[in-house]
Amino acid sequence: MNAKRKDMIATVIIDLIVAIVVGILFFLLAYILIKGLPHVSWSFLTGATDSFDGTGGIGVQLFNSFYLLVLTMLISIPISLGAGIYLAEYAKDNWRTSLIRSAIEVLSSLPSVVVGLFGFLLFVVKFKIGFSVISGAIALTFFNLPLLTRNIEESLSAVSRSQREAGLSLGLSKWKTEVGIILPVALPGIVTGVVLSAGRVFGEAAALIYTAGQSAPVTNFADWNPMDAASPLNPFRPAETLAVHIWKMNTEGLASNAAALSAAASAVLIIAVLLFNLGARVLGSYLYRRVTASK
Amino acid sequence: MEQTNFQLKKQDTQSQEWSKRLHHATRATREDWIGRGVSYLCIGVIILVVASMLWFITSKGIATFTQNHVSLWKFLSGTDWSPSQGKIGALPMIVGSFAVTFAAAIVATPFAVGTAIFMTEISPNKGRKFLQPVIELLVGIPSVVYGFIGLAVVVPFMRHLVGGSGFGIISATFVLFVMVLPTITSMTVDSLRAVPRYYKEASLALGATRWQTVSKVILRSATPGILTAVIFGMARAFGEALAVQMVIGNAAVMPKDLISAASTLTSQLTTGIGDTIDGTLPNNALWSLALILLLMSLFFNALVRVIAKRGQLKHER
Repeated sequence: MNAKRKDMIATVIIDLIVAIVVGILFFLLAYILIKGLPHVSWSFLTGATDSFDGTGGIGVQLFNSFYLLVLTMLISIPISLGAGIYLAEYAKDNWRTSLIRSAIEVLSSLPSVVVGLFGFLLFVVKFKIGFSVISGAIALTFFNLPLLTRNIEESLSAVSRSQREAGLSLGLSKWKTEVGIILPVALPGIVTGVVLSAGRVFGEAAALIYTAGQSAPVTNFADWNPMDAASPLNPFRPAETLAVHIWKMNTEGLASNAAALSAAASAVLIIAVLLFNLGARVLGSYLYRRVTASK
Repeated sequence: MEQTNFQLKKQDTQSQEWSKRLHHATRATREDWIGRGVSYLCIGVIILVVASMLWFITSKGIATFTQNHVSLWKFLSGTDWSPSQGKIGALPMIVGSFAVTFAAAIVATPFAVGTAIFMTEISPNKGRKFLQPVIELLVGIPSVVYGFIGLAVVVPFMRHLVGGSGFGIISATFVLFVMVLPTITSMTVDSLRAVPRYYKEASLALGATRWQTVSKVILRSATPGILTAVIFGMARAFGEALAVQMVIGNAAVMPKDLISAASTLTSQLTTGIGDTIDGTLPNNALWSLALILLLMSLFFNALVRVIAKRGQLKHER
């Protein structure tokens, strides 16, 4: 068999592989959207779940997912911003820094179920806070911190050295240079990373089943005082998210139409992730244009 | 006399003020201190989280051996998992986890590498415009959605194909294959793109066909990157909990074949931890499973580092 024939055969095989992969991927997306979207309606998105058999809407779960996402981001963005600045600006190239970097890598490679169990052990068992929004948000923070830190560090380090030198030569302090000059330039990259990680956090379930819990008590959406027990904003109530809800419907499915409901909830979840991905691109390039004055 | 005294006094206070200004930190310096302090604090928080996570899970995980005096060997080699009767042999879960991980990686790697070659060498245009966004989207799809598809499509399909319940290692493998495929593909694409352009040009200029160039030059020089991608995929498969738990059937017995219900470390943890009481043997045994997961993730991490170091040496030479 000569080389040209081999080349042809290899190309055909690779084309075939790609066709199979594309086929699987499209089947996946099409299956969820076709099975799920017909069941998605306004009342499904806002309605309450029947507490007996788990049928009905996903309103509370959808709210919980967003609430957890916001809380997680509120905690994790400042910490990872500080840590990212440390790694990009202050960290010297020595064994201590490489130890810190390995610690962050270890945290990012831990299975999310392990992170969830740690959160369970710490907040539910040791501190006795119980299954709550705040336990879930902190567990998600643990899971989100390494990725966000790395993203912020990379975005900061990618800013050209001359910008840094310009700031310092004007007599600005290192901190002022970092916050006033480098950070705005790096902002598009950081925002893209934040939005992408938001998509990940939104769909996470394994870290939440034992921290934020698996029940969604009916909340009173007219009560916005975070201290009230029935308020949706109360951080100490258990909060089943959309992803956990899908898992629960499929493992303990009492509902006869669990498959259709899960398909609908999955469709909502995928569309949300799609919007996060799209949002990351659009927002990133918009900010890039605004900040750098380039086309 | 009095006047000079006054002048001296005035000079004194003036110089005192100057020395105060010169010897004390300026506002900018103070800002820098605060900023530095804040960023040190943040990195400190992360280190604290990692350290306490390792500490808590390790101390909980070894309680089975230190408090309940189960021998480590019995734990690792025992095949009978009924913690309520004091029997904790974790081998079924360990075998289950490794089986699905390796099987998924073995199936996914050729597909991922093939797709990556298509995206970088055969049709870069289609790859960039069409496949890249789709694969990025698939990396972001939550694992419960994969689990749901597995439950709704793969399990019934296997039931029809081979009989039985449809739950088992083969269904879990298939779900994990689809889950790790985008991860491995996108990392392989990165490593193929990192191969210097002149390698390819030199090979083509020598009269090599595209396949010869790809198989003998590009794949060869991207091997460390591809291996890293596969290990990342395996780490993801090994640690995946819910998607596997939904399709594997969750029976803590030694897997006899690929189509009967089995369980993995993660599936046992998700189903069990809520039903056991803190401090008892059944609970401690589950934490020991978590410790195995932790150690494996450290191992995968170390493996990636070793490969990265080797790869660097190769390029430097």
